[in-house]
Amino acid sequence: MKKEILFELKSPYRDSFKIYGYRFGEGEHTVAIVGAIRGDEIQQQFICSQLVKNLIDLEKNNLILPNHQILVIPSVNPFSMNIHKRFWAMDNTDINRMFPGYDKGETTQRIAAALFEQVKGYQYGIQFPSFYIRGEFIPHIRILDTGHQDTESAKCFGLPYIMLRKPSSFDTTLLNYNWQIWETQAYSIYSSATEQIDKDSAKLAWVATLRFFAKKGIIQYSGHSGFISSVIDEESMANVVSENGGFFYPKVTVGQDVRKGDLLAKILDPYDGSVLSELTAPVSGVVFFAHKQPIVSQNTMLYRVL
Amino acid sequence: MLKTVVSVALPVGEHLKIRKNVIQGNHTGKRLCVVTGTHGDELEGQFVCYELARRLNEGLEHLHGSVEIYPALNPLGIDSIERGFPGFDLDMNRIFPGVQNGHLAENTAYEIVQDLLNADMVLDIHSSNIFLKEVMQVRVSDITAETLVPYAKLLNTDFIWIHDAATVLESTLAHSLNINGTKTLVVEMGIGMRITREYGERLVQGIFNLMQSMEMWSGENDSNIANSEELNKTLSNKTRNSSEPTIANSILSTNGEVHFMNADASGIIIPSALHSSFVVEGERLCQIVDPFEGKVLQDILSPVDGFLFTLRTYPIVYEGSLIARIYEEKK
Ligand SMILES: [Zn+2]
Repeated sequence: MKKEILFELKSPYRDSFKIYGYRFGEGEHTVAIVGAIRGDEIQQQFICSQLVKNLIDLEKNNLILPNHQILVIPSVNPFSMNIHKRFWAMDNTDINRMFPGYDKGETTQRIAAALFEQVKGYQYGIQFPSFYIRGEFIPHIRILDTGHQDTESAKCFGLPYIMLRKPSSFDTTLLNYNWQIWETQAYSIYSSATEQIDKDSAKLAWVATLRFFAKKGIIQYSGHSGFISSVIDEESMANVVSENGGFFYPKVTVGQDVRKGDLLAKILDPYDGSVLSELTAPVSGVVFFAHKQPIVSQNTMLYRVL
Repeated sequence: MLKTVVSVALPVGEHLKIRKNVIQGNHTGKRLCVVTGTHGDELEGQFVCYELARRLNEGLEHLHGSVEIYPALNPLGIDSIERGFPGFDLDMNRIFPGVQNGHLAENTAYEIVQDLLNADMVLDIHSSNIFLKEVMQVRVSDITAETLVPYAKLLNTDFIWIHDAATVLESTLAHSLNINGTKTLVVEMGIGMRITREYGERLVQGIFNLMQSMEMWSGENDSNIANSEELNKTLSNKTRNSSEPTIANSILSTNGEVHFMNADASGIIIPSALHSSFVVEGERLCQIVDPFEGKVLQDILSPVDGFLFTLRTYPIVYEGSLIARIYEEKK
């Protein structure tokens, strides 16, 4: 393992901003892994730190196969994490919406450009991001449907679901999107948490990544062979949206099977506790996404059922 | 007449409401919509809305058609001094045309677009951010320039900036409306969190010019407002457009090149040049300094002779922070 400073930026009064990379193996640029890009992606950074720990062990035991190089970048944004902000503290911009970056542009464009310079040209790119709509997901692989994607390889992670998303124009500045445009096969792995560490789903994510390495002949590793993944289209999910504002009183959680008509949640009046609405499953299936906060506004996505 | 365009229940006893004032003239005619406040920290449009409503109320007999004023497309943001839509990750001007059954913010964006479609003209007023001061300008993407520049020239601005159509800008309100055939002009002026009265008055005058050309206004339009004095002294005849005397002579960016200046050091900015002035090559715009040791970290000099139309006023900078934009006229 080689630990390197990939990028450094001076701050007026804070310590300088640094992006560290952990490089394993030698030869071909096989996999680049990116963890927290936003300051609240604690779970994502935790997963990467565990991957680094596992890869150090694997390398010690000569289990990284020849001619494969793996680069892990657990944190692209320690500055925001250290002061409990999600976005770049100075101007509230999102580094993950600045790709491919611009090295003569604004600060976060420069950070994105420097990162992209380091991670482009790899065969596979793996990112642990969080979604722009808050809530809890079934752990899954998300792929942007750019026409360049390799869905078959995604099955090597052995996670139950692979979700295809049609990119909107605002997705064209994501790391994942730009990786694909520059011919890296890009996969985003969503585990269930963001601001908190959820050990079980974190482990699921790093084990899935090691499984992917093993199946692709990058490392020697014997673990559980995982699930047979089903590929789903994001638009095929049934959405349940709130019709009122109030307390969110859930009856089911992510991963649960539901039948059409089952009660999913109630929305309660925040003053007198009366039931304002009862939300039922629009289809039979599994709860793929659930709102997590205890209060909701009207028109909030509460559940997505697969 | 006040109308509610969007009303959505928030968790605890409050509705998010986006409202407009429909000012109906005494005669039939076209529909002009003036919108602002998508970014909660941009307030220059507030004065424009007030002043426009005030003048129209006094002259309804000259108004043909209706002017609809939307002072706050992001009321939660404005009332809480937040640029974005509180609780939502994406810039509100990057989620248009919205999603009918989407998240609160996306659905709100959808409803706004539905309400504005079929207007004869939409004017979307922005005011930079808290870091940069902008000269009064219209921004037009190159794909809509042919249609929009003739209208943009009426607005009394110093500058009309025709820029490239980046993919990510396809999700702005203006783009979403323009591609659907609703002509939309974007004005940028002043600075975040402040009101620059001079700009507001000039823009209101520009809106009356626009209404006149759309045959919506038959009253007087006499406040002969032109460019700032500085601009009038220095503008070459070549860049002036030859319109009626009540219209300012905007510089059109197609006649030259825009230069971006970004900080190469992190530190504190000490200003030198004046905003919206003409600078010469080699002239100092500002210095980035280190207050600990009293050292100059970077001397920022103008690379060209040109018009300083964007200037940073917020003193703290990181490497990369935008310092200035200068428009260089090609001879
Ligand atoms: Zn704005």
